[in-house]
Amino acid sequence: MTGNEAIAEGAIQAGCTFYAGYPITPQNELTAYMANHMQKSGGVFIQAEAELAAINMVFGAAAAGARAMTSSSSPGISLKQEGISYIAGAELPAVIANVMRGGPGLGNIAPAQSDYFQATRSGGHGDYHCLVLAPASVQESYDLTCLAFTLADKYRSPAIILSDGLLGQMMEPLLVRKEGKIELPAKPWALTGCTGRQANVVKSFYLKEGDLEKLNLKLQKKYKEIQQKEQRWEEFFLTDAKVALVAYGTMARIARSAVKVLREKGKKVGLLRPLTLWPFPKKAFTMPKKKYLVIEMSYGQMLEDVQLALCGKAGVEFLGRSGGGIPSEQEIIVKVNKIYHGKNI
Amino acid sequence: MPRITINKDKCKGCLLCVGVCPQGLIVADKELNARGAKPAKFKLDGKCLGCCLCAMICPDCCIEVYK
Amino acid sequence: MEKIYSHPRSLRDLSTHYCPGCGHGLAHRLIAEVVDELGIRERVIAIAPVGCAVIAYDYWDFDCSEAAHGRALAVATGIKRVRPQNIVFTYQGDGDLAAIGTTETIHAANRGENVTVFFINNAVYGMTGGQMAPTTLLNQKTSTTPEGRNAQFQGYPLKISEMLALLPGVKYVERVALDSPQDIIKAKKAIKKALVNQMEGVGFSLVEMLSPCPTYWGLSPKASLDWIKNTMVKEFPLGVIK
Repeated sequence: MTGNEAIAEGAIQAGCTFYAGYPITPQNELTAYMANHMQKSGGVFIQAEAELAAINMVFGAAAAGARAMTSSSSPGISLKQEGISYIAGAELPAVIANVMRGGPGLGNIAPAQSDYFQATRSGGHGDYHCLVLAPASVQESYDLTCLAFTLADKYRSPAIILSDGLLGQMMEPLLVRKEGKIELPAKPWALTGCTGRQANVVKSFYLKEGDLEKLNLKLQKKYKEIQQKEQRWEEFFLTDAKVALVAYGTMARIARSAVKVLREKGKKVGLLRPLTLWPFPKKAFTMPKKKYLVIEMSYGQMLEDVQLALCGKAGVEFLGRSGGGIPSEQEIIVKVNKIYHGKNI
Repeated sequence: MPRITINKDKCKGCLLCVGVCPQGLIVADKELNARGAKPAKFKLDGKCLGCCLCAMICPDCCIEVYK
Repeated sequence: MEKIYSHPRSLRDLSTHYCPGCGHGLAHRLIAEVVDELGIRERVIAIAPVGCAVIAYDYWDFDCSEAAHGRALAVATGIKRVRPQNIVFTYQGDGDLAAIGTTETIHAANRGENVTVFFINNAVYGMTGGQMAPTTLLNQKTSTTPEGRNAQFQGYPLKISEMLALLPGVKYVERVALDSPQDIIKAKKAIKKALVNQMEGVGFSLVEMLSPCPTYWGLSPKASLDWIKNTMVKEFPLGVIK
C-alpha cells in the first residue's frame, strides 16, 4: 500500500465519515482511495470544485459532528489556510493531510519539507495552532492519521498530517488494525438540530467587546495543555551520541541509514526524530548533546525550533536542500565527519 | 373590535406600517422612544380591520394584532 | 379578543441590529414563521453568511453555523451530506453568494445538493459600507461607484438566479420582493415551497428576495420599497424562474 492510501485507510479506520478532496499531484492516490472506499464504509466522498471549497465542506461536516478530513499538496494547502483558521476559531476537530511538494509557487511534484512553517506556525490569520504529525513510513502514515483524529476530537482542533511526495508514493507493507467500530466521543456542541436542547451555534465571530479575547485565552490554555501532554519523538542511538541528527519524515529515513554507516565506523552519532512537529518536542532537548545537525528538505525551518529548544546550550549545524533536491546519505556522512573532526569533540 | 399593539421601544421608526394601513390608523408618534426614534403609534379611534398588513411589513416584529 | 398575529417562536424576541426599514428583519421573520408552520425548528440547521446578517444566529432560535465569506454553500454541503435528515439552509447576501462565493454556489447547485438557499439581494454590500455588489444596477451610486455603476468599467448586474436555473441539479428558483405586504405573502409562499422541496428530497431550491437597504440606497424606508417596485424589478423581474 502507498503512503497516501495508508493515510486514507487510517482515516476510514478511525471512523472518518466525510472526505472532500481535489486533484493535485502527488496525493491523488489518497483521493482515489477515498473515492473507492469511503462510500462502502458508509461515509461521504466529494470531489470539491477547489481545495478552498473542500476545507469549508470539512468545516460543515465537522460542525455537524462527523469526523471529517481533506487532503492536498502544498499549493492546495495554501488555498485552505483561511478555512483552517476558521476551523481553529470555531474549535472544530478536523484532519488535513499535506503531501508536501517542492515550492514556492507551482514548484514541482518532487517531495519537499518547505511547508513546515506554514503547518506549525498556523498559515492562516489569528493566534492558533494545528496539531502537526509527521509520519516517516507507510505504517506511520496509517497510525498517525488514526492518532490525528483522536487528538483532533480530544482538543477540538485541526490536526495536520505532514507527509511528502516520496512518502506518499512509496509502497511498504501495512499492518491494518481491524478493531471494529471505533467508539466516537460525544459531541454535544455539534449541529444536529436542537431537539431537546438549546440551539447550538458553531462560529468564530465574536463581536461583543471582550468575547474574542475570551475565546483566544481559551485557545491558548488548550495549546499549553497540548504542549505539555502531546510532545512525541523517537530516539535512535541517541544515548551516547556526540552528534545528534535531527530530522523528520523522509529525511529521518535517510538520516537513520547515515547513522548506521557512521556507527559502523565507530562514530558516536544518533538520530532524534520528532513525530509531533507541533507541539515541537522540546522535552527531547532538555539534556543537550554536544552537537546537533538538523537535516531538512528545506532551507532551515525546523532548524529554528531546534535552536529555540536549545537556546544556545549546544551547537547547531544545518544541512538542507529543497526545490526537489534531497540531502543524500553521503552528504550527511561528509557533513557529520566534518563536525566530528571539528575542534571541541 | 380588532386592534394592534406596537412595541414602542423596539420600534426603530421606519414607519413602513404607516403607509400600508388601509384605514390610516398608524401615525408617527411625536415623543421619542428609548432608541431616540419616533415610533409608530396606533390611533385607537379608527376602525381596525385586523388585516395584519402592518404586522407583515414590520421588519422588527413590533406589532401584534388582536381580533 | 384573540391574538392572531405575533412574533414567531423560532425568532428570538430581541431588537435586531439592522437599520430601520432593512429587509433582513423581514426575511428573518418570514423564515422563522415558515419553520414554525412546518414544525421543523428542531431539524433545521442554518448557515449565516458574512455580511449584515452575520449574527443571524442571535435572532434565530435553532441550530446555526456561520461560514467564511462566500463559503456557506460548501459548509452546507458538508452538513447536509453527513446529516441528510436535517433541514439545511443558507442565508446569503448578493456579495456572499454571487461575488466571492460564486464558485461554491454554482458547484453546490450543479451537484444538486438537497439544500435551500435564501438569497438576499439588496444590490450593495451593507455591512462594510454600501459598496457595489454584483447585483448593483447600472448607474446606481455606491461607495465604490460614486458616479454610478458604469458597464464599461464595472460590467452588468449579475442575474445569478437565472444562471443557476440553467443547471439540471437546480429544481426550484423564484425571485420575490420584500417591498409590500402582498409581495411578502408571495415571498412567504416561496420560502415554504423551497423548504418543503428539501423535506421531500426534491433538491436544490433557491429563493431570491429583493430586499430594501435604505441606509446605503440613501432613501427613506418607504422610498426604498418604491425603488424596488419601480426600478429594481425591471432589472430583476419577479416570479418563478424554474
